[in-house]
Amino acid sequence: MVKQEKASANRPDNTAFTQQRLPAWQPMLSAGIVIPGFVLIGLAFIGIGVALFVTSRGIQVLEIDYTGVEQNSPCFPCTDQNRKNCVCDVNFSIDTLFQGPVFFYYGLSNYFQNYRKYGVSKDDYQLSGDLSYFKAPSSTCSPYEYDKNNKPIVPCGSVANSMFNDTFKLFQIVNGAKKQVSLDGKGIAWWTDYNIKYRNPSVTPLKNAFNGTVKPLFWSKPAYELDLSDPANNGFINQDFLVWMRRAALPNFRKLYRRITDGDYAQGLPAGNYTLEVSYNYPVLSFGGRKKVVFSNVSWMGGKNEFLGIAYLVIGSMCVFMSIVMLIVYAKFKFPEED
Amino acid sequence: MARESEDAGMAKASKVKRQKKKKTKENKTRTVQANILYDNAKGEENPNRHYANNKIKTTKYTVLSFLPKNLFEQFHRFANVYFVFIALLNFVPVVNAFQPELALAPVVFILSVTAIKDLWEDYRRHRSDKEINHMDCLVYSRVERRYVEKYWKEVRVGDFIRLRCNEILPADVLLLSSSDPDRLCHIETATLDGETNLKQRQVVRSFFDLDCDFDPLKYNSVIECEKPNNDLNRFRGYIIHRSGRRDALYKENLLLRGCTIRNTEEAVGIVIYAGHETKAMLNNNGPRYKRSKLERQMNVDVFWCVIILLVMCLFAAVGHGLWMFQYGDKRPVFDVLSPEGTDLSPIMSAIYLFLTMIIVFQVLIPISLFVSIEIVKICQVYFIHQDMDLYDEETDSHLQCRALNITEDLGQMQYIFSDKTGTLTENKMVFRRCTVAGVEYSHDANARRLAMYQEMDSEEEECTSHGGTLPRRDSVTSHQSAPVVLRSQSTKSHRRTGSRAEAKRASILSKHTAFSSPMEKDITPDPQLLDKVNECSSQMDFMRFHSQPMSQLPSDLSDIIDFFIALTICNTVVVSSPNQPRQKVRMRFELKSPVKTIEDFIKRFTPSRLTSGSNSSSSSSLITNRSSNKGCSSMLSSPSAESTLTKLDEERPPRGLDHAFSPVPPCYDGKAWDKEEGELRYEAESPDEAALVYAARAYKCSLVGRLPDQVTVELPHLGKLSFELLHTLGFDSTRKRMSVVVRHPLTDQITVYTKGADSVIMDLIKPPNTGNSKGKRQKKIVYRTQNYLNLYAADGLRTLCIAKKILSKDEYACWLQRHLEAETAIQGREELLFESALRLETNLQLLGATGIEDRLQDGVPETIASLRKAGLQIWVLTGDKQETAVNIAYACKLLDPEEEILTLNADSQEACALLLEESLHYIQAKFLCSSTDQAAKAFHTNFAPFEIYPSSSPSSSSSHTVPFMVHRLGLVIDGRTLAYALDKSLEDKFLAVARSCRSVLCCRSTPLQKSMVVKLVRNKLKVMTLAIGDGANDVSMIQVADVGVGISGQEGMQAVMASDFALPRFRYLQKLLLVHGHWCYSRLANMILYFFYKNAMFVALIFWYQFYCGFSGSAMIDQWYLIFFNLMFSAFPQLITGTLDKDVSAETLQQLPHLYVNGQNSEEYKPYMFWMNMIDAFYQSLVCFFIPYFAYADSDVDLFTWGTPITTLALFTILLHLGIETKTWTWMNWLSITFSIALFFTVALCYNASCPTCYSPSNPYWTMQRLLQDPLFYLLCAITPVAALLPRYFYRACQGTLFPSPVQVGRQLDKLPTEIRRNILSLSRVKVGSPLSPKPPFLSLAKPSPKGCNKKDQRSFPSSNTPPAKKGPVSQADEEKGQRSQVQPSDSVRSHSDLYTLVATEIDTLPYTKDAPTTLGGATASFNQSL
Repeated sequence: MVKQEKASANRPDNTAFTQQRLPAWQPMLSAGIVIPGFVLIGLAFIGIGVALFVTSRGIQVLEIDYTGVEQNSPCFPCTDQNRKNCVCDVNFSIDTLFQGPVFFYYGLSNYFQNYRKYGVSKDDYQLSGDLSYFKAPSSTCSPYEYDKNNKPIVPCGSVANSMFNDTFKLFQIVNGAKKQVSLDGKGIAWWTDYNIKYRNPSVTPLKNAFNGTVKPLFWSKPAYELDLSDPANNGFINQDFLVWMRRAALPNFRKLYRRITDGDYAQGLPAGNYTLEVSYNYPVLSFGGRKKVVFSNVSWMGGKNEFLGIAYLVIGSMCVFMSIVMLIVYAKFKFPEED
Repeated sequence: MARESEDAGMAKASKVKRQKKKKTKENKTRTVQANILYDNAKGEENPNRHYANNKIKTTKYTVLSFLPKNLFEQFHRFANVYFVFIALLNFVPVVNAFQPELALAPVVFILSVTAIKDLWEDYRRHRSDKEINHMDCLVYSRVERRYVEKYWKEVRVGDFIRLRCNEILPADVLLLSSSDPDRLCHIETATLDGETNLKQRQVVRSFFDLDCDFDPLKYNSVIECEKPNNDLNRFRGYIIHRSGRRDALYKENLLLRGCTIRNTEEAVGIVIYAGHETKAMLNNNGPRYKRSKLERQMNVDVFWCVIILLVMCLFAAVGHGLWMFQYGDKRPVFDVLSPEGTDLSPIMSAIYLFLTMIIVFQVLIPISLFVSIEIVKICQVYFIHQDMDLYDEETDSHLQCRALNITEDLGQMQYIFSDKTGTLTENKMVFRRCTVAGVEYSHDANARRLAMYQEMDSEEEECTSHGGTLPRRDSVTSHQSAPVVLRSQSTKSHRRTGSRAEAKRASILSKHTAFSSPMEKDITPDPQLLDKVNECSSQMDFMRFHSQPMSQLPSDLSDIIDFFIALTICNTVVVSSPNQPRQKVRMRFELKSPVKTIEDFIKRFTPSRLTSGSNSSSSSSLITNRSSNKGCSSMLSSPSAESTLTKLDEERPPRGLDHAFSPVPPCYDGKAWDKEEGELRYEAESPDEAALVYAARAYKCSLVGRLPDQVTVELPHLGKLSFELLHTLGFDSTRKRMSVVVRHPLTDQITVYTKGADSVIMDLIKPPNTGNSKGKRQKKIVYRTQNYLNLYAADGLRTLCIAKKILSKDEYACWLQRHLEAETAIQGREELLFESALRLETNLQLLGATGIEDRLQDGVPETIASLRKAGLQIWVLTGDKQETAVNIAYACKLLDPEEEILTLNADSQEACALLLEESLHYIQAKFLCSSTDQAAKAFHTNFAPFEIYPSSSPSSSSSHTVPFMVHRLGLVIDGRTLAYALDKSLEDKFLAVARSCRSVLCCRSTPLQKSMVVKLVRNKLKVMTLAIGDGANDVSMIQVADVGVGISGQEGMQAVMASDFALPRFRYLQKLLLVHGHWCYSRLANMILYFFYKNAMFVALIFWYQFYCGFSGSAMIDQWYLIFFNLMFSAFPQLITGTLDKDVSAETLQQLPHLYVNGQNSEEYKPYMFWMNMIDAFYQSLVCFFIPYFAYADSDVDLFTWGTPITTLALFTILLHLGIETKTWTWMNWLSITFSIALFFTVALCYNASCPTCYSPSNPYWTMQRLLQDPLFYLLCAITPVAALLPRYFYRACQGTLFPSPVQVGRQLDKLPTEIRRNILSLSRVKVGSPLSPKPPFLSLAKPSPKGCNKKDQRSFPSSNTPPAKKGPVSQADEEKGQRSQVQPSDSVRSHSDLYTLVATEIDTLPYTKDAPTTLGGATASFNQSL
């Protein structure tokens, strides 16, 4: 035995693996498999596409541009950069009930939150409430790191600095009187952002934590005074701040401003006339940007987007079409030979 | 020089010596003195201290130097430098794109993987070094005055070492003493050159006559020799004794490191070269690195990738500049000023951005591609190694891949250049017939016996057909126990025997004999010849008894006895007896060294010492005693049982001695004798030597002993005769002959026996003096022998001529003097020796000739047929003579009987040119008649101006095989003509002719010509070439070719050492090329294309995004995904597919060799495919980008919530794409794809949950988790890959069903049930195609249809019925005679003219051959149209 082993010491192992004979499935792109496969996939996609399309059609969207580029637009006066605390009223009307819950977005166009240097310009440790970074913000924030007096800026960086600061109040005109629509500003940011990622320093009052720091250059009020109505909505866990800090993917984007979920408007916005009172602060005309507000309700698949439904329909039909083409070609060239 | 060494011997001031040392170094010699002289003054004084010691260190690194050195080596690869550059670029703040540390990750990963691999290899080397360095050997110590055990590593140059039987030599040692009575030492050199026969080494002559033990203390000579070099077969130098006497040193005196001492009790030597300076170590080159064609092509595309990268970066930079510019001075709120607070100018930011983009897009240059290719290739090599079908059971050897990185080249071969002997044939010689003194002895009985053997083989093979492990040669202990000294080569000896059954017999019968199977040994003598031998020897015996001069013997009888004596002694065969393995048979009559000096010669040739076997018994027994005494002392320490056996055996007085000294009984008992003799084994360096010795033994003329100074032959009636061996002129390939000079014991004449190639010997035959009857007889013998030689050659036998010459003593003395001068010369010794040999080997008298059969290896014709079907052009380049070669070519189906043979034999440049011209016209004419319009045109455009290169006419490049394979033409060219044809002026024409022939046979070609032919074809035709051979003469050819294949055969390991792949048998080439080559090629080609696609697709995603982020270099794909995508998430499936995917099964590939064309035409990876893949990649990335883009348009999606689905989609698409390209799905494919996806999600989930504040700037906390709750994400995942892959899938489906490529047809065949497939395949032999494909494109390619033309041709040639075997050789023979311009010119002329008129009349209708035949002059051309 030993001798035999020795004798064939070099004999390769006769296993399926070493002999490359592993059992294998060989998908063959033959007409018999391809055509039914294409038809099945196509039909399934068409089904999904129809469902998506119908769902998307059911979503109501109302967009109002209030940039004030045009002379006759209500916010035109506010575009003058010298005017401070400009407020303009934008009127609009709704024909049918706007199904609730209604989401209230503000939108910006041509605004590059995804600009690479812009995205880098923040200090995550500072934003997580680490006091040492209050005194010495990370260099990534530069040049919004220290002000001219060499005081640290908190929150530092370009993203925070450029925070959107228009505010809106929505009124329904009921019999000529303005009835304020209550806007829910809670829970518009990601739960994880509000509870984990962004933290205020555990100093009470919050103001003391910001001693020796200055507010960002563009800001009118410091971070601890962002929401005077709700002390818990200040500092880095201010919902609007959190929404802003989550950078948009594309240059035309909208961000959730409020939800209309309370009281009379829980079922939606009834038909009628409305006034949107805009406190116009944010400059966009210098870079050709536009500002808008969007009212929308959402479905299970998110906001209104007909594209996906159409895409499914198109791809599904293409699959079916291709299978038909192949069937024809195949029938023409193949079947006579198949003996 | 002598003075210098004396100085050294007296150990003068070291200063002087150091100068001398330098001087000697400049002189390119090495001086070695004994170390013991300097033991007291260690170091400083020792003249040998400059030489390397015996410690070997093959490791590349030390602990300290590993990191810098390994990094330095890795940075030799350009790609690594590039990636490090990019990683470092990331540290520059203005341009950085990623977290700098993270950007280092891939390059560090790649570098560390390679480093770990290197480290592991180095550690293994270190361990084996350590093992070798710590082996024991005996070194003489002056202090202790005895040999003490030391480690190998402690051995130094100048040490005396004592070696015992079966020990391995620790260094290159000059043999100074041997326990062997003949002063010989036997070594086995299998580890060096793979040759298993024992080799004799001699003690240096000056120490030859020492009767007592060698005493190192008395040694005070100085050795002057060459610098260390790697030539195993060369050692030159001399030893200078104190007396001033100089003795030459030869390779016979040198024992090389790594060899094993055999059959020799003890030997003492002085170390000459140690450690890394030993010849073995100098020969130890690592694996070779070649760049494969595929890789060359890939590098072009990598270059294109760089261009694409730069274009993309440039585009982005310009875009960014413009984007910045549009804002002018009004900075938008989202703009970020530079740290200094100033804003950058658009131009500056564009420049910075360009660099940033290079970092972002770096993935486009596939960093992991190089590593992946290496991994895949290692796996491929592993699988090739593991293939059972490439495993040779008899020799227990499998294929070796020596070059690790050209496996895919095997799938792209176009030309095969093959050696004949040993490659196509067994190189196992079987004596078939002979002619003596012009009389042919056909040995019919022998032929019948051989036929019987063959039958037996096939029967036995059937019985033991499967899995039976056979008892093999229990390879001498050394093979197992000896640590491997040379790592790069296998330590196994490759001994081959004909078939398994034969191997079985051989292994039982002759375990230790190199070349002998029963087929070679048992020769049935021709009764007629046997009678004559008996008659002759009895007459001689009678004459000896009556003291009559031998010259009275009838000349035909004396020729016969001379013929057999020549067969017996004119060789270097060593006799051993099988019962005591490798025990040399001692049969000694007198102790005498070969003639060394003239004085010696004169002294020995005094009349008193003429009779054989006179006075040496005393000295002989003395030596036996000595060795037995020693045997007792060493018995205790001797480790191996074998040597004990040896000793026991030696203690008995050798049996042969009684025989030798007892008068031979007059009526000797043949049978008993036979039995005893039958146990002798002959070990020869070349198989035909052994075959001849066995043949002679069949005639009772047997070799019983060989010593350096004498050969003992046993003859019928005469008994044992010992021939005093005066000189041996060994065989070499330039002389093509060998000679021995002996003193004939009966006639006392000095006789030269020469054996060699017929062409050489015939030229050296003494021109017969036609005056007397003797001369006439001689002339007749020469003429007849020549005729028989031609006949033998026609039968495919190897022919050898035997001749002799009688020298007078004066002549010999005169020659000897000059020869000795030549021997001792250091400069130009080879040339001098050659001239000296020439002086001896002239004016010979022809005795006869032998025909030896070299059988074809198993499966050669089938292999050649299927390789040819695979579109491979097969050229055979052989050193054999034309007729032999042609017949072997017919036998192995290289030439087809239906083929026309173009034979080119010319003896001048002009004639050769004319011939080539002629042939071209002829081919053209033939081609025109086929008049297949297009092909003909292509042919014409290619041919008319001799623009035959694909480069000049691209249309023909891809399909060049098509028009040329049409001709059923074979070309035969001999060495001389080849030399003319390879001339610069003619090589184009030669190639034009050769290309249009189906097969080319170059005979009588030298090794240099072989490599020139390969080089010519390779360079001019721009084709992939493979050279296969087994001998040293094929080495240059193997090295020149793109892929060199060595047959690990009987001619040693030189070819194997030079090769990229080593095969045990020729027939394995079929599977190696057709299956493994095809697989390796298609796997790798597909993998490379896939890599390009994958990276381009991934990078393009980011590129599209630049349009939406102001070309700012921002990426929506998280940097982690970006960096690890290639390295981890998508790495494994492609490796699995690249390693395991089989487009067609092995069985089908072998049965449909046409599928190989796929690789030859590079159909898996054509340049346009790169671009198609790029376009597909861009399309797919567009889909993967824009479907999420529109799906999330106008939403509040944030950057990474949008980017992560894109990454996921890209991953799915890329994996599904691979799925489409994967032909066979094993569980490993499924596993790897599942693993990839799982890995991605696991990493993503962990990464997104791990740290809320880290990973700036992306900080994707909880992104993936949220996405998984979003139905939109799943909807995207469903549609995007489908949309992205729809075109490719549609294309593949259409192609697969409607226009399947041959490979796809093969795959479809694989799907069919086995029986149906077999049926179809057997049909497809006739009609290659598949039932599914209406017009298989490769059908027309393989059988390009000018059948009509061919048939017409055959009809038009009336001689087409003549069988080739008869017709070919005769005309060939005539040509040879014609060239030699002697005997019977009329005959040859007639036959020529016959041939020509035949050809001429037939082609007469064609305009350009009108003046063909008559004007040729010295040249001869024959167009043999045969059936």
